Amino acid sequence: MEGVSVNYYIGLSAILFIIGVLGVLVRRNALVIFMSIELMLNAANLAFVAFSSVNNSLDGQIFVFFIMTVAAAEVAVGLALIVAIFRTKKSIDVDQINLLKG
Amino acid sequence: MTTDLILFLILAAVAIATAVGMLLSRNAVYSALFLVLNFSTVAVFYLLLGAPFIAITQVTVYAGAIMVLFLFVIMLLGTDELPERTVLPWQKPMAVFLAVVLMVEGVYLILTQKTPGLINNAPTESTGSPQAIGNLLFDQYLLPFEVTSILLLVAMVGAIVLTNKEKKGGQS
Amino acid sequence: MNFSEAANTGYFFLAPWLVFFPVIGLLFNMIFGGKMSEKAIGTVASLASGMAFVVSVLLAYSLSATHGHTVTVPFAEWIHIGELQLDWTFRIDTLSTVMMLVVSGVGTLIHIYAIGYMHEDVRFKDDVKRFRRFFVFLNLFIAMMMILVSGDSYLMLFVGWEGVGLCSFLLIGFWYDFDTLGQKSTANAEAGKKAFIANRVGDFGFLLAIFTTFWHFGSLQFDAVFKAAEAHPDPIVISAITLFMLIGVTGKSAQVPLYVWLPDAMAGPTPVSALIHAATMVTAGVYLVVRSAPLYNLVHGASYIVAMIGAVTALFAATIAVGQYDIKKVLAYSTISQLGFMVAAVGMGAYVAGIFHLATHAFFKALLFLSAGSIILGMERGHHHLAHGHDDHGDADAHHDEEEEVFDPGDMRNMGNLRKQMPVTFWLYMAGTLALAGIFPFAGFWSKDEILLDAKLHAEHFPGVYWLLSIAAFLTAFYMGRQIWMVFFGKERTEVAKHAEESPPVMTVPLMVLAVLAVLGGAMNLPFDGFHNLGHWLEHTLGHVEGLPLDLGVAGISTILALLAIFFSWLIYGKNPLKDGQPDPLKKPLGFLFTGMENKWFVDEGYGALVIKPFEKLAKFLSVTVDWNFWHDWFHDSVIYAGFKGLARFLSEPVDMGIINAIADKLADMTKRSSEGLSRLQNGFVRSYALSVLLGVVAILGYLLFK
Repeated sequence: MEGVSVNYYIGLSAILFIIGVLGVLVRRNALVIFMSIELMLNAANLAFVAFSSVNNSLDGQIFVFFIMTVAAAEVAVGLALIVAIFRTKKSIDVDQINLLKG
Repeated sequence: MTTDLILFLILAAVAIATAVGMLLSRNAVYSALFLVLNFSTVAVFYLLLGAPFIAITQVTVYAGAIMVLFLFVIMLLGTDELPERTVLPWQKPMAVFLAVVLMVEGVYLILTQKTPGLINNAPTESTGSPQAIGNLLFDQYLLPFEVTSILLLVAMVGAIVLTNKEKKGGQS
Repeated sequence: MNFSEAANTGYFFLAPWLVFFPVIGLLFNMIFGGKMSEKAIGTVASLASGMAFVVSVLLAYSLSATHGHTVTVPFAEWIHIGELQLDWTFRIDTLSTVMMLVVSGVGTLIHIYAIGYMHEDVRFKDDVKRFRRFFVFLNLFIAMMMILVSGDSYLMLFVGWEGVGLCSFLLIGFWYDFDTLGQKSTANAEAGKKAFIANRVGDFGFLLAIFTTFWHFGSLQFDAVFKAAEAHPDPIVISAITLFMLIGVTGKSAQVPLYVWLPDAMAGPTPVSALIHAATMVTAGVYLVVRSAPLYNLVHGASYIVAMIGAVTALFAATIAVGQYDIKKVLAYSTISQLGFMVAAVGMGAYVAGIFHLATHAFFKALLFLSAGSIILGMERGHHHLAHGHDDHGDADAHHDEEEEVFDPGDMRNMGNLRKQMPVTFWLYMAGTLALAGIFPFAGFWSKDEILLDAKLHAEHFPGVYWLLSIAAFLTAFYMGRQIWMVFFGKERTEVAKHAEESPPVMTVPLMVLAVLAVLGGAMNLPFDGFHNLGHWLEHTLGHVEGLPLDLGVAGISTILALLAIFFSWLIYGKNPLKDGQPDPLKKPLGFLFTGMENKWFVDEGYGALVIKPFEKLAKFLSVTVDWNFWHDWFHDSVIYAGFKGLARFLSEPVDMGIINAIADKLADMTKRSSEGLSRLQNGFVRSYALSVLLGVVAILGYLLFK
């Protein structure tokens, strides 16, 4: 049976990752930025699983499992932060959060 | 062109399309929904790669729990579109330019790879099964597993403290 | 002789205690003397000196037991630099033991005498606290003199030489705020200064001698130098050394032309005059010549110069002594004259005679000085008695200053008929006088005769010396006779003389001991076969010495001269005693000659005009013109100050402000500007930061891929 070259998966992973990066850089909505970060994490996960499969090892999948756990925790805290910021700034525009400047 | 490849390409197109949709949607709710779709597509990839347990986890945790949380917060904070502002005029062109450059670099990297491995699309029973994962997780990776539980606890406490702060201590 | 061998056979190991005892004494008095009575202080000091005498006796005894072989006792390493190997070594030989015995013996007697003398002196001068200081100085002097005579090298000798010079200075200026009449003045201090400076000239010569010795012989140790000199006699170098040394001798032993300090040194308390300026320190020069005998033996020319200087000094000083009125001044010039005898003797190679006369002179001149001190104090007592009536001392001190007119207790014209008031002192003084005048059988007769005999025998090689010395001997007897008649006979010329009082036993007893020595001292070296004791004793150090027999011709002539002189003095001063206010009877017949004698031949004035005044002018020129006007006003102000100012201005304005400060300013400016630019990067927009991160990622990845 023929397989798909792992390069395709890596390429896909890279494209998704770059889209995530663009999301972080281009969008101003904090929530969208956060979602873009999740997308980047997902792209990384995809690469992990692809490598796990090509190497016939489960370690990559275990890693993805841990990444998901951390992502869950991150989302919980991150969203709490965004809520907290929104409460003070009445906005989720990251360009309005620029107090830390020289 | 094999069926595997065709399947992959179709799914990849869907994944990229949903990702771009998330990127370009004006409305955050749409973005979140596109992302759900994207996550689901990736879950299908996981299945194709012989990782059924991860695929299911992806659907339940990511597409389910996390994205629901997102949607909840979006609804909580309102979905108003942000007004157009040109605080950082160079941000967008620079970001696109750098992304293209990064893309070019990635393509170059992939094209110059010498021995691309093949993915066998027929997963064996033993590889990504929940049993195998469980065995590995509770044996070799027991300690990290337990540490993640603490991490989750801390995140939970942190989230509660962050969102509760104002009510208790007044304006800080 | 080997030290370890010698140490087993005698008391040589005690040698360092010659110095330690006096040092312990002076330290004890310095530290604890403040709370001790005068008697205790005097006893400690006298004991310290007495112990040094005991050590000297033990050393002499040990030396005789080892047949007079020279013993060196190494004590401490001192200077070891390259060729120069100098240790502090004690040299015990027959010559140094004679000196030690004389110094510590006479010194001890004078210490005891000084207890009584200073007790009164500090009260007349109203400063009781200086009593202790006096004995500290006196002990220091004994220690330094011991270093001088016991040193085994020229440098060690020089240490003692300078040390006694210091003590001399300190003691001449002991009453530094008085003059010799007891008035407030700096005269005594000036006298001390004069002595110090005159000695400095001599010491300079001695130092040159030491340098030349080391340069030529590579050593300063006596034996090494003499051995080298005898092995390769280089007449020019040795002449230079001996003549340089002679300068030192003329300074320390008060010979022409540097003798001028000694008469002024009488400003010191009388025990000092007796100990330092008559008996011991001034003989150091004689000792130095005897010590360097092997060198002087090699160069006849230098020896002749030494002998002539001694003889000329003997006569010259004797003539001045005739014209003096101060009792101590007469003795001072007498001392110079007698030192001239000694120097003449050692110059002629008659070392035994020189040392013999040195010893006897120490006895009778110390006796004379101390007796003179007794007389002066007696006069002072009489003066006080008159001035304060029958008040006791406590009240008297209160109105001390106001009613006292200037009175010179040492002026012989104020005396007369003192034999009535001070009989003990009179007889003691007579003994000393007869010894000095050279009357048979007193000590001076034997020693002076030996010198004259030597001069006669060596007249061929040392022409003139005999005649000069003979005339000096005649004058010696004359001025001593004059003194006796003026002081002890005739009528009292002042009220004070009528009330003069005899001195206490603490002063007269040491005088008696000295008087016995002055009478019998000649027994040391009688000119008969088998009695040349001193000669044989010194032979061990000086080589074979011919024991001279008594020459009736020389002895007869000198005795007749002495008796004639005393007769003349009786004719002039004894038969018709001097009246109060009457000028000296010699003044008329001798005319300008006597004026010269009276005024010390104007030597001081001559030195003043020839040396001191040009020197002062030069000093003034140097200080005013060169130092102040040129150096300070012109050089400092114009050159250094202005130059420095210009340089400072140049450095401050163009260099500092223009370059260094500008660099700093520009640096600060650049830093400020760049930081302003960079701070714009930190704009607070998290998206910009993320963009920067991406830029970094792209760059690094690109670098990794395309490197």
